[in-house]
Amino acid sequence: MKLLVSLLVVGLLIPAVSTQALAQDDLMDLLNIDSSQVTRYTAATFKAIRIINGHSVETTKAKHLDFVISHRFDRLNKGPSEFFGLDYATLRLGFEYGLNDRLMIGVGRSSIEKTYDFFGKARLLRQSSGARRTPLSVTAFGSLAIDSRTPTQGGEFRQTTDRYVYCGQLLIARKFSDRLSLQISPTVLHRNRIKESFEQNTLVAVGVGGRFKLSKRISLNAEYYFVPGEQLGTKNQRIHHDALAVGFDIETGGHVFQLHFTNSFGMIEKQFIGQTGDAYGGRWQNGDIHWGFNLARTFNLGPRLGNAIR
Amino acid sequence: MKTIVTLFALSLLAGRATAQLFTAQTTETSFFSKAPLEDISAINRKIGVVMNTSTGDIAVKMQMTDFSFPNKLMQEHFNENYLESDKYPTATFRGKIQELIDFTKPGSYPVTVKGTFDLHGVKKERTLPGTVTVQAGKIALTSEFTVALADHRIEIPKLVFQKIAEVISVKNTWALVPYQRQ
Repeated sequence: MKLLVSLLVVGLLIPAVSTQALAQDDLMDLLNIDSSQVTRYTAATFKAIRIINGHSVETTKAKHLDFVISHRFDRLNKGPSEFFGLDYATLRLGFEYGLNDRLMIGVGRSSIEKTYDFFGKARLLRQSSGARRTPLSVTAFGSLAIDSRTPTQGGEFRQTTDRYVYCGQLLIARKFSDRLSLQISPTVLHRNRIKESFEQNTLVAVGVGGRFKLSKRISLNAEYYFVPGEQLGTKNQRIHHDALAVGFDIETGGHVFQLHFTNSFGMIEKQFIGQTGDAYGGRWQNGDIHWGFNLARTFNLGPRLGNAIR
Repeated sequence: MKTIVTLFALSLLAGRATAQLFTAQTTETSFFSKAPLEDISAINRKIGVVMNTSTGDIAVKMQMTDFSFPNKLMQEHFNENYLESDKYPTATFRGKIQELIDFTKPGSYPVTVKGTFDLHGVKKERTLPGTVTVQAGKIALTSEFTVALADHRIEIPKLVFQKIAEVISVKNTWALVPYQRQ
């Protein structure tokens, strides 16, 4: 009997207490999520998959295809008779595709030396905060460039593999704030055949680059690739130089335009790391500056939204 | 003795009847804006909703980064530049259903909800139309309204090739079930 009475009391109290507690709780409190339990990945370290010439840690989004058109006009110091270089330009057309959000592949064709390039990029580490904290983003990059010129076009090679140039990079970046992101890119470039005997077949280079957002939609980018030591010959021998580029990213609602000035005429690693100078570029101090742009149109090849209102 | 047992049973039942809180089971909030080049649309299926049926109070909370766009570049720009999701990660609504509804009676009731809509860190008093549909053990809430971007200080850049509408339409379809305290 006593037990039953206490049961009754408890039975009456439990719902009374809990109902009161619920009524007093702010409804909004029931919706709060402990943000330290969630991992937030840093988005948009860079606006595009290239800082300028070289690749950034970003990859094309899953199932998205970018059609990329890039131009570099001739040198500004060609003067008014060549319309400051605008009369002539080199071109790269590319198709670049995100297999998933961490893996992408691409293929391109450059007008310089009629070169086809194939590349892959994998995000190894993504900067994050919250439950799992990662201070840096790291992306691996690998590419193969093939010179497809025929002998009459200047492409005389003893064997097919002489046409190949390989490149491997580790892209390491951190978004320090909304506005500032910096990247360092250790690079190895191997050329099976070189024209100049004083150059090394295998070049070890380092790229440094970054962006600073001037406004929400415009950022100032800069990028410098240097090849230390005498890998490209002694100071007096050198005909190829380090590549420096400065430009702007302009976001135009779903698209990013990249406009820039650079001393390299080429747009792939083989060209801007190993061939800036001579026929394909020059030196900033001599006014060998090429104006150029990258622009991409993005297509979603993945599933569309189901029930979004029309 | 018998009375006590009955009383006990009744007290337990009474406890059940006082569970007036309903919370989201499945949700869908989407928005849409007509644009010449590519329409802008996104969908969020992770909306937090709690409703107190005895008072008509309702609270809604969503993470801006949970909005999914068909164009992921657009999604990135939405979070980075338009909604500034790092600074303002959530949108909330805290309001009250103005009509008295008998939530024990199945049926469809047009309602107006008055409350505070907090988006992009800017609070705005809104009176929103909607429909409450009571089914056995379930409540469906639907609502369609528009949001003027200027009201919430969401800037439209001047330099866009894609013209973005200044007012976007929002649609909510939420199914609520009795709240279970964890």
